[in-house]
Amino acid sequence: MAADRTSVHESVPVEQIWSWLADVADPEIPVISVVDLGIVRNVEWGGERGAETLNVTITPTYSGCPATEAIAEGIRGALARRGVSHVSLKQQLSPPWTTDWLSAAGREKLRAYGIAPPQCGATEHVVDLSRILQRAAGPAIPCPQCGSTHTSLVSRFGSTPCKALYRCDQCAEPFDYFKPH
Amino acid sequence: MDKDLQPRFEWLLRMGDTSLILAQRLGEWCGKGPALEEDMALTNTALDLLGQARLWLAYACEVEGAERDEDQLAFLRDSREFRNVLLVERPNSNYAHTLMRQFYFDAWHHLALRELEESADPRIGEIASKAVKEATYHLRRSSDLVVRLGDGTRQSHDMVQSAADSLWTYTGELFRNDEIDAPLAAEGIVFEPASLHERWSSYVNAVFAAATLQTPPSNTYMQLGGKQGVHSEHLGYLLAEMQVLQRTHQGAKW
Repeated sequence: MAADRTSVHESVPVEQIWSWLADVADPEIPVISVVDLGIVRNVEWGGERGAETLNVTITPTYSGCPATEAIAEGIRGALARRGVSHVSLKQQLSPPWTTDWLSAAGREKLRAYGIAPPQCGATEHVVDLSRILQRAAGPAIPCPQCGSTHTSLVSRFGSTPCKALYRCDQCAEPFDYFKPH
Repeated sequence: MDKDLQPRFEWLLRMGDTSLILAQRLGEWCGKGPALEEDMALTNTALDLLGQARLWLAYACEVEGAERDEDQLAFLRDSREFRNVLLVERPNSNYAHTLMRQFYFDAWHHLALRELEESADPRIGEIASKAVKEATYHLRRSSDLVVRLGDGTRQSHDMVQSAADSLWTYTGELFRNDEIDAPLAAEGIVFEPASLHERWSSYVNAVFAAATLQTPPSNTYMQLGGKQGVHSEHLGYLLAEMQVLQRTHQGAKW
C-alpha cells in the first residue's frame, strides 16, 4: 500500500481538510454540504510519522437514514481525489446529531433551495399532552418562496426522514420543512 | 460468551428484535397506506426503527463476540430465537389496529428510552439518546391520531376502540420483570419493566379520555412469551417474507 501514497498527507493542515469537506454535498439535499449539516464532528491526523492516517468522525442524522453510507462514500471520494487515501472514518453516536448544528450558511442555502429551515431549537424529548389534546398547531413556518407565515402542515413526514411537508396558504406552493431534531 | 454477559445479550436482542419486527410490519404498508401522508409516516417510522434495531443488534453481536453481525441475527435466526414482544408481531389488520399497536408501543418506547439514557452502560445510553428523539416524534403522531380517530366519526371511534380492546392483552408483557432484567437493573444498566407501568397507564388513560375511548379492564389476562422466544404463528410468516432472500441466496449483498 505504501507505493500508492502520495506526498500530500501530513503536510495538509486540518483547516484545509475541513474546506474540502465543505464541498461534499449531502446526497439527499445536494444544496448543502455535510459540514453545513453538522455531520462531520472531528478531523485529525493520527498514526505514526510517515504513516499518518486521517481520522474523520461523522455522526448519523436519523438512525435509519439511508444517506449515511452515501455520505461516508462521498467523504472518502473527495479526500481520495485530493490524494488523501489513508482515511479512517469513525461513526460516533454521542452526542446525538441535532439540527442546532446546522450552520447559518446551511440554513440560508436550504431556504434559497425551497426548504424551510428549522424554526426553533431541538426541543426537549417530552411529549406535551396538553398540546396534543387541544390539537394545538405548531409554530408558524414561513414559506421559503414568499415568506408568508400563513402555512399549514400537510404531512409530518416527507421525502426524507428529516423533513415534513407544508403548504403555503398565501402563494399556494407546497414546500418541505426541515424538522427541528 | 462470558456467562455474566448473557443477560445483556438477551436484553439487547429484546430491544433490537422488538424494533426490527415492528419496522417490518410497518413496511408491509409501503405503497398501500390509506392516504399518501400515512403511507410516508408509516414507512418513515419503520426506517427509524430499523436504524435503531441495527444499533441494538450490532451491540448485541459485540457482546456475544461470536463473529456474526447484525444482518445474520436478523436474517438467519428462526422464530424461537427472536426475543421481540408479542405486541409488535400482531398482524397489521385494519388501520385502526396498526395505529393502536403503534400507540401502545410508542408510549412504552418513549418511557423506556428516557430511562435508558441514564444507563450505567454508556453504549446503551448513547443509543437511547439517539433513539429517543425519533421516538418522541413517533409518540406525538400516534397520540394525535388516536385522539382524532377516537373522537372522530362513529365508525372511526368504534374501530379504534375495538383495536384498543383486542390488542390490550399484548401490553402486559412490556411490564413483566424476569431473570434477564433483574441483574441488569441491579447494576443500573436497564430499567425494571414493571417500574414503567404506572406512567404508561396514566399517559394512555389521558389520551383515551381525550379520545372518548374506554381503557380496557386492568384485570385482563395478559399474553406472555415473546421475550422468551415463544411466539404466535404470525411471526413465522413475517420471518418467511423478511428472510427469504438471505435464506435463498446466502450471503447475497446489495
